[in-house]
Amino acid sequence: MTKIVRETAHGDAIRFSLFAVLILAMPVWLVPFGAAYPDLMQKFAIYGLFAIGFNILFGLTGYLSFGHAAFLGVGSYTAVWSFKLLGMNPLPAIALAILLAGAFAWVIGYVSLRRTGIYFAILTLAFAQMSYNLAYSVLTPITNGETGLRVLNSDPRVLDHMMGAGEVDGPLVTNLFGMEMSGLPGFYFCAVWLLIGMFISFRIFRSPFGLMLMAIKSNQNRMNYTGISTRPYALTAFVISGMYAGLAGALLCVTDPLAGAERMQWTASGEVVLMTILGGAGTLLGPMLGAGIIKYSENIFSAFNEQTLHNIFGFLPDGIEGAVVSVAGLFVGEGWHLTLGLLFMLIVIFLPGGLIEGGHRIQAAVARRGKGGGSGHQAQPQAAE
Amino acid sequence: MDAILLQILNGLDKGGAYALIALGLTLVFGTLGVVNFAHGALFMLGAFCAVTFNQLIGLEKVTIDPTQTTPWGSPVEIRVPMIEEWLGPTGTFILDYSVPFSILAAIPVMIVIGLIMERGLIQFFYRRPHAEQILVTFGLAIVLQEIIKSFFGANPIPQNPPDTLRAAADIGALFGFEPGNIVYPYWRLVYFLFSAIVIGCVFAFLQLTTFGMVVRAGMADRETVGLFGIDIEKRFTVVFGLAAVVAGLAGVMYTPILPPDYHMGMDFLVLSFVVVVVGGMGSLPGAVAAGFMLGILQSFASMTEVKSIFPGIDQIIIYLVAVIILLVRPRGLMGRKGVMEG
Amino acid sequence: MVDFLNPSRRGVLKGGAAVGAGLAMPTIFSSKAWAADYLNKPTGDTVTFGFNVPQTGPYADEGADELRAYQLAVKHLNGEGDGGMLNTMNPTVLTGNGVLGKKVAFVTGDTQTKSDAARASAKRMIEKDGALMITGGSSSGVAIAVQSLCQEAGVIFMAGLTHSNDTTGKDKRRNGFRHFFNAYMSGAALAPVLKDEYGNDRKAYHLTADYTWGWTQEESIKNSTEALGWETVNAVRTPLGAGDFSQYITPVLNSDADVLILNHYGKDMVNSLTQAVQFGLRDKQVNGKDFAVVVPLYSRLMAQGAGENVKGILGTTNWHWSLQDEGSKAFVKSFGEEYGFPPSQAAHTCYVQAILYADACERAGTFAPCGVVEALEGFEFDGMGNGPTLYRAADHQCFKKVLVVKGNENPTSQFDILEVVQEVPAEQVTYDPSIFGGELGECNNGA
Repeated sequence: MTKIVRETAHGDAIRFSLFAVLILAMPVWLVPFGAAYPDLMQKFAIYGLFAIGFNILFGLTGYLSFGHAAFLGVGSYTAVWSFKLLGMNPLPAIALAILLAGAFAWVIGYVSLRRTGIYFAILTLAFAQMSYNLAYSVLTPITNGETGLRVLNSDPRVLDHMMGAGEVDGPLVTNLFGMEMSGLPGFYFCAVWLLIGMFISFRIFRSPFGLMLMAIKSNQNRMNYTGISTRPYALTAFVISGMYAGLAGALLCVTDPLAGAERMQWTASGEVVLMTILGGAGTLLGPMLGAGIIKYSENIFSAFNEQTLHNIFGFLPDGIEGAVVSVAGLFVGEGWHLTLGLLFMLIVIFLPGGLIEGGHRIQAAVARRGKGGGSGHQAQPQAAE
Repeated sequence: MDAILLQILNGLDKGGAYALIALGLTLVFGTLGVVNFAHGALFMLGAFCAVTFNQLIGLEKVTIDPTQTTPWGSPVEIRVPMIEEWLGPTGTFILDYSVPFSILAAIPVMIVIGLIMERGLIQFFYRRPHAEQILVTFGLAIVLQEIIKSFFGANPIPQNPPDTLRAAADIGALFGFEPGNIVYPYWRLVYFLFSAIVIGCVFAFLQLTTFGMVVRAGMADRETVGLFGIDIEKRFTVVFGLAAVVAGLAGVMYTPILPPDYHMGMDFLVLSFVVVVVGGMGSLPGAVAAGFMLGILQSFASMTEVKSIFPGIDQIIIYLVAVIILLVRPRGLMGRKGVMEG
Repeated sequence: MVDFLNPSRRGVLKGGAAVGAGLAMPTIFSSKAWAADYLNKPTGDTVTFGFNVPQTGPYADEGADELRAYQLAVKHLNGEGDGGMLNTMNPTVLTGNGVLGKKVAFVTGDTQTKSDAARASAKRMIEKDGALMITGGSSSGVAIAVQSLCQEAGVIFMAGLTHSNDTTGKDKRRNGFRHFFNAYMSGAALAPVLKDEYGNDRKAYHLTADYTWGWTQEESIKNSTEALGWETVNAVRTPLGAGDFSQYITPVLNSDADVLILNHYGKDMVNSLTQAVQFGLRDKQVNGKDFAVVVPLYSRLMAQGAGENVKGILGTTNWHWSLQDEGSKAFVKSFGEEYGFPPSQAAHTCYVQAILYADACERAGTFAPCGVVEALEGFEFDGMGNGPTLYRAADHQCFKKVLVVKGNENPTSQFDILEVVQEVPAEQVTYDPSIFGGELGECNNGA
């Protein structure tokens, strides 16, 4: 992690602007990948935000939370309740969601951070599972259980009615002062939040606070011996990442006003862990990359069926085509989980630093070749430990 | 009173399953220091050993009756299990007792699976951070369950207990209670006994054999044992195999209670971790005690009387206990002081 | 892709520029046909259906069967195969020549039996693949979530397997239609049979899956059995996916109930039924009567998982392959010839929904959702396996025969798990649409 400190402010500015350009230009460059439709791009931005926030906790401090989905869920429910009570403007919903998710994270973090390592993971997991189980069953009056919480025409929506926009024909869509937050505008709305989130993440990584968090990761005991209480720092990181999750949850509801309990299930928490590690925990861009890849495979690989496969492999001779299609069929469509599982294993086994590390390795290899094998080594980052 | 006795029975029975799964998990953690998220998958693989065994011995000779057709146009098939044809009544008996018999098949299979897993994957993760261990074994668990799904489908596959053990025993009457009030399925009683025996065997193995002594020493202080020139890693491989067998057997015998499907490992995974943590990471007696304790607590929390006071308590009791234990006594019920204490 | 993996500045810039320059304006800006009078109006020679079924998770097998049925329906619509129920449907304007002169194409997606995933998958089909109609699903939560999505987006939703009263009750939508029956109908159909079998002096104990569908079913069954004079002793909620139900079953032994009603579906049903039978409930005598277990909603696919434990247990189902009417026979035959085994009720309802949609488009002369809605509302048809059927305009629910079935005592094959006890006529299960509340709202063309 020492490498990051050497980065200059100038380099960061370039990185960040490149990132911004890439995000904002997604509707263009994602076309060849078949991913340039609003819903998937919204998901990229939202889950990217979720993973970036998670990375501030896990990537920097090394605390592995298995319960972050709970904050996503709290954010979602808060946002929908804000739509129901206040109105369809996303801004109050987002503000409330961040606040409430932050408060919830503070409570859970305050308790859970008394332990470290696997115990911390189990504590967060336990809290999230309790939230999920209750939301699905006894808390149905608040969460609408299995069906999910939605906005209804009969809801009060006080602000909307004050503005005279209370009566809506057709579907209730969130709108930002008249601009409907679905489709591409919805994506750009999420993208702006993603950029804000990314910017804050940059600043945290480069700040003394960020350094302190990294110090917790490398050796918490030593920090304690030097007389520094690390817990307030870790708790702050926990709350910040909880707020990111709350924001992501709210944005899920801004683009699609429905909050379901399964967002809080432990597998959902596991998903964000996987995203972060897949891309590269402790790196700035890794989590976004991981989130993109997982959401891409979830939406694209699962949609392949025999017919699509035949179209793809149609150029092969008949006998071979049949064989190829049946083998490939194991990994897509109903078998896309298998692909996901294999991908994780391969990444963790061979690239524990995530895809970003893989990128650096390739970069280093290319640089070595270019310079005749000389100074490529310095570009090699240390694996995130 | 009867209700409480019955819930204690339920708790013991559940606890037996929890303890068996947690035992292997904590054994692996205590010796190898590996957090194995694929442990639930081992439980599931064990259950599918029973399914496969049953299907193999149940292989049928299919004769086609061309005079009749099914509504969807294919000829009607007459199926006779081959084993009945070959062995007569013995064959019928083996078919009937296929679940207990499949233990014999499951032990070697699970040992092999365990060894392959440890040598092929886990051994490279001894010195990696827990987070990476969790991730790689989680990935492995997904891969294993998807492979099973592609062979057996997603629906549960019923496994019958032997005919004589299919009914419920009136154990209340044995102890002088009014007959008919405390009845409990024979198979669940068998399961409880079975888990007690397996747990006993594992403890005896670790306490009474030299091999077990070395392993325990290795758990306590790996380096010193290594300094004595003992190849502790080789023994740990065997321990992993042992853990796989225990999980697998738990799965085999559970099939008549819970028709197995590809996802059952994941369903038990979180729970078994909670059991291990409550018992104390790396503590074998702790895992067993915690298994039974959580089983009994879960049973009581499900009683209508309790639920009417705390709505939804049965949904969260396990996690609630875990949180309380971890906060009040972080090393778990019986964890040694200083081991993984955070 | 590689450029993004490896964010070296120049590489990304060059790559990005190349991609940008190499492409015309992305489809999303240009071809979304703002001029069209409805969303995703087909411009080529095909029309796209979206099949959104669970491919992972506990209902994956049911989803696979649904997908088989859809593929069969597409074949039949396009004039391949033997035509299946197109030959028996009456009235129909379908000729096996596609729909409105266009070949039917389809895209598939995985609902994962989660509302979020199902909506994401449906959105992909609508936004990316240009699907005009979304259909499928194996649970009510998902059906309701996708139905409201389709309403908002402006496409038609033809529900797959969803049994909750809410789907066409308080959460009904103008753009959504359900062929499958619901919990109310299960109760209404089951009650008279229960009375014949078990008399009208019984004490019932409910175990109910603790989520919305479970509650509506519990309520419906309670209402109809209490109307028979049965007493409800207790109704206990069990966590979804509890696995081991022993702690909920033992209290039943000590209550004076003599009927256990399992409001569970899928894996929960398999487990709770298996375990209840193991606890000897079916051999038990209470109040001088034989103890009985009832599973109000049966699924044959799932019941396979409970094996012999289903023998003699009563329940209801939407359709069963052993029915002897022309439509069922034709469907079983063409499905069986294609795949080698009989279709499930999920497959049947999905097949019928796809055909009904195509037929409605053909009759309406347009794919515009509002036209299709008008054509389906109040549509009466026959020959689709459930006798004369009405798509009621007031709530978009199909009214047709409901099957009361019983676990087969002497199955002749692995598919022969259920036997039909009674085909309850539509009149007996029809209800007033206002009892569940909800508003259909206006139809939405989406553009």
